[in-house]
Amino acid sequence: MNDFHYAKASTAKEAADLMNDQPGAVYLAGATTLLDLMKANLAAPPLLIDINTLPFKGIEQTKDGLRIGTMERMSTVGENPLVVQEFPAVSQSLLLAASAQLRNMASIGGNLLQRTRCGYFRDAAFPCNKRQPGSGCPALTGDNHNMAILGTSERCITTSYPGDLAVALLAFDAVLILQNQKGKQRQVPINEFYLLPGDTPHRENVLEAGELIVAVLIPTATHAQHSTYLKVRERTSYAYALASAAVGLDVQNGIIRSARVALGGVGAQPWRSPAAEKVLTGAPANRATFQDAASAALQNAKPRSENAFKIELAQNTLVRALETVANA
Amino acid sequence: MNPTNNPTFADQQSSSDVVGKPLVRVDGRAKVMGAAVYSAEHNQLPDLAHAVIKTSDVAKGRITGFDDSAAKRIPGVLGIFTHLNLPPLAQTPSTSEGKKKIALAMQMSFTPLTSDQIFYAGQPVAIVVADTLEHAQHAAALLKVSVVAETPVVSYRDTQAKLFTPTEGAAAQVPAKRGDAQAAFSNAPVQLTLTCQHATNHHNPMEPGATIAHWEAADRVTVYDTTQAIASTHKALYVMLGLPPDNVRVVTKFLGGGFGSKLTMWPHTVLTAQVAKAVGRPVKLVLTRPQMFTSMGHREDQQQTLRLGATKEGKLLALLHEKISTTSPWDNYAEMNSKIVHMLYACPNFDASVKLARANVMTSTYMRGPGEAPGSFAIECAMDDLAYQVGLDPIAIRLLNHADKDPGTGKPWSSKSLKQCYERGAELFGWGKRNPKNGATRQGNKLVGWGMASGSYPVHDAQGNARVRLYADGHALVQAAATDLGTGTYTIITQVAADSLGIAPENVYFELGDSALPTTAMSGGSRAAGTVSSSVFLAAQDVWQKLIKLAIADQHSPVYKAKPADVEAVKGRLQLKADSTKGEAFITLMQRIGLDDLEGVATGHYGSSYESPEATLNTPQAKKDDAASHSMHSFSAHFCEVEVDTELGTVHVTRWVSVVAAGRILNSMTARSQVIGGSIFGIGAALMEGTVRDPHLARYTNASLADYHVCVHADIPEMTVAFIDEEDRYINAMGVKGLGEVSIVGTSAAVSNAIFHAIGHRLTSLPITPDKVLKALRKTQ
Repeated sequence: MNDFHYAKASTAKEAADLMNDQPGAVYLAGATTLLDLMKANLAAPPLLIDINTLPFKGIEQTKDGLRIGTMERMSTVGENPLVVQEFPAVSQSLLLAASAQLRNMASIGGNLLQRTRCGYFRDAAFPCNKRQPGSGCPALTGDNHNMAILGTSERCITTSYPGDLAVALLAFDAVLILQNQKGKQRQVPINEFYLLPGDTPHRENVLEAGELIVAVLIPTATHAQHSTYLKVRERTSYAYALASAAVGLDVQNGIIRSARVALGGVGAQPWRSPAAEKVLTGAPANRATFQDAASAALQNAKPRSENAFKIELAQNTLVRALETVANA
Repeated sequence: MNPTNNPTFADQQSSSDVVGKPLVRVDGRAKVMGAAVYSAEHNQLPDLAHAVIKTSDVAKGRITGFDDSAAKRIPGVLGIFTHLNLPPLAQTPSTSEGKKKIALAMQMSFTPLTSDQIFYAGQPVAIVVADTLEHAQHAAALLKVSVVAETPVVSYRDTQAKLFTPTEGAAAQVPAKRGDAQAAFSNAPVQLTLTCQHATNHHNPMEPGATIAHWEAADRVTVYDTTQAIASTHKALYVMLGLPPDNVRVVTKFLGGGFGSKLTMWPHTVLTAQVAKAVGRPVKLVLTRPQMFTSMGHREDQQQTLRLGATKEGKLLALLHEKISTTSPWDNYAEMNSKIVHMLYACPNFDASVKLARANVMTSTYMRGPGEAPGSFAIECAMDDLAYQVGLDPIAIRLLNHADKDPGTGKPWSSKSLKQCYERGAELFGWGKRNPKNGATRQGNKLVGWGMASGSYPVHDAQGNARVRLYADGHALVQAAATDLGTGTYTIITQVAADSLGIAPENVYFELGDSALPTTAMSGGSRAAGTVSSSVFLAAQDVWQKLIKLAIADQHSPVYKAKPADVEAVKGRLQLKADSTKGEAFITLMQRIGLDDLEGVATGHYGSSYESPEATLNTPQAKKDDAASHSMHSFSAHFCEVEVDTELGTVHVTRWVSVVAAGRILNSMTARSQVIGGSIFGIGAALMEGTVRDPHLARYTNASLADYHVCVHADIPEMTVAFIDEEDRYINAMGVKGLGEVSIVGTSAAVSNAIFHAIGHRLTSLPITPDKVLKALRKTQ
């Protein structure tokens, strides 16, 4: 760990100015990812700009959905009655993540920017294309038990976002509000926010230098109200998903009117499956349909030496999640 | 009376006859209040400096140079030490002379920072000392090490690995064969082969390894260290530093777990002493969590194959055990799994072998139930398979093969209550309601299974000294250089001293964890409770004998002029055996004769070196009954219910019962906690614990508590623990067998057996993660 400076910003402008003045500075919210990276000598920012007092807060009902300030904590949002009622999958994704201590600290914005748990990325002694472009990816022929099987490249096969919340937000068409250093805001649908590794695994999202995620908008929908988040992992708590599924169904008279499917733990980024949704939409809400949807979702999976099990596991996870919602 | 920075005890329940009772931990309050000073917390030392170890990125290679230009510029840096400038040690375990002198006090014979060679990833290559931890960390990060890397060997499974049969070292201590196991197996009507694989496991105690070295003079050092074995660490340090024993003091007042990782001394401890001397200030070193995966040993990755031959009725005819495991470039260590295979059941033919492969890893070491934990997995899964094969209940097959005598030595057991463990466990678990068919109990998406397994652990020979000073005001100071892992040594010894002296536990002050105190056994191999309690009990008897002599010589005493043999001490009273009304409290005597305090000392023996009271009678029968002619083991039975999700592959333990017979139980609460802890350790090993080395670079890929999974609360159901009361006169003066190890032995097998009952597939590659369960279930479809 290196020496670093710390400054507290009381306004967004002040934060932007601090960022302008110090190349390499980073924003600090809950710090649950950042401090880990600094302790492991994976990040050495000269300045931490504390944005915890910035006013990007609140969980409000808007005319067509919810607006969540990104400085809210995971635990606050996960337990919020509006979130529980309108977006059960989002609430569950938050409360099944990490540990109580981490959920109390970690911000929503920080959650969306968490880094991979890949053991090669997390240990500076290994080569890693994400950390040092061009240095190589030992996971390709190494310990890839928990790596991704969808959307990977020969440069990087990790689940770049290993968490849960973004999977649920992706399923329910959330939109992120980003604010740049000049105070100008733009809206980016979350399905356009994350970048697949391709030849540039070090580029993980479309956030520009100094830009902040200030709010998340989630549109209300029947399929969001009838939703669930299922997470399968190697221990019951405080573990990342081997596979997870955020699903929502609007079923009327046994027929699926609309469906949302996103997978975690298997994609190089949180993985929405239009193919599965297409199978589901208009079909009867039964196990055969769900199995067809699961096959469609994993159709293009590319497993490596140790993680072929994830195909079957992700399919079964998806079927179970769909059954859970359909039978609720 | 408190010469060192010791805890003050609180929360004592006051009553007599406290042995066995659930006395609240006497050090609990100090720990909860933050008053307990752990080894890394002696921050009062003047000018305490901080050391940070820089470790090797690569697993094999040669250091070609260091660039310390940036590191040196960090303010407060006091020294950057490498093999090029670290003052040499007087002795190291790498030489044959050093190895002889240090013996078992160090598990790893390799001493880092003595050459440019790199043998394992995580090997210390430099140590940076600075005025603050932050400066030391920063400088260590900036220090550049140039290395020529070579291709490492990763494990016994590596295509580069060369298997060999060890002829010396721990891995050569295979139990003696009996009969002709190969022939008996070939001719057996029922033959069964079970191959088990075990991932590397790491101890991961909450408290990392930590050392503070304080040179009080040029030739005198006090080392505050996280050790489970004061005497071993003391010895290793004075030999390596070339000092007289009296000039080295080792202090360990509290430990935050160890599980074997702190049983022998590792290089970082002596490195801290070396650099403290070099910079002329006390130095603190705390290993980081990632460093804990490459600094204090591990349970080696291994494969064991057990071939079992039996009659059609299920009676054992042959046991053949083979183990293959990874060891370091220098040492022949393998935990001896075949010990328990050798003794758990009556079987006329037995043979075992061990093969090792050298790889670029550090030396592996003792980890809770070393040998017995994985060994019991093989034999207890195999017995389960045999039960199904011959159509017997898992308990019935075990009763059929029950060893009434030690099958290896033919000696009678000093005590054995395994049958009672089965019986009580079955009753508590409701085993009688078990469906004998496997794969037959479905609840929704889950299959439910019930499994059980036996456990056993030997009574290892040990001895230890204790000192008891009884004061005329009715309190006592009790001393022994024991350690308390957090499991309750402070408390149980307080209880034993209280009863032995006839005083309340709050009047006992037990001091441990200091090499200046009487030497005693390590907290390892389940030795501490039996050894320390016995020596304290005997030291109290020494006090009484001295007081009886004084009493019979005092004309004001009610026992004046009695023969010593006619006087006894009961609950703090010295009285005539024949007439208990003729007596007085020791306080009355001591105050009357003006004796402020009186000291007793004793050596307590544990195991075969203990001579039972019968043996000292010196009659032929007594000799026959003596300890040396008994086999001594604790026994246990574990019962487990699992739910296996057949689509998701997840396994949840939903019920658990452990019944343990381990001699006298000194504290029912701390004993229960020990057993729960051991069971959780075994459940973790069965279902989730495993460290992964990259198959090319031989470096761990999950060296963190987030990625190396140990059980969380949500993985563990309500646990039922029961003890079978045993009186064992042959093991030690207190009849105590120890609980640390027997509480884990058999537990992983109970989980695997429950999974087998649930899904009808035998899973023997640990940990049993969802991918393996799904793979097994695919065979059914």
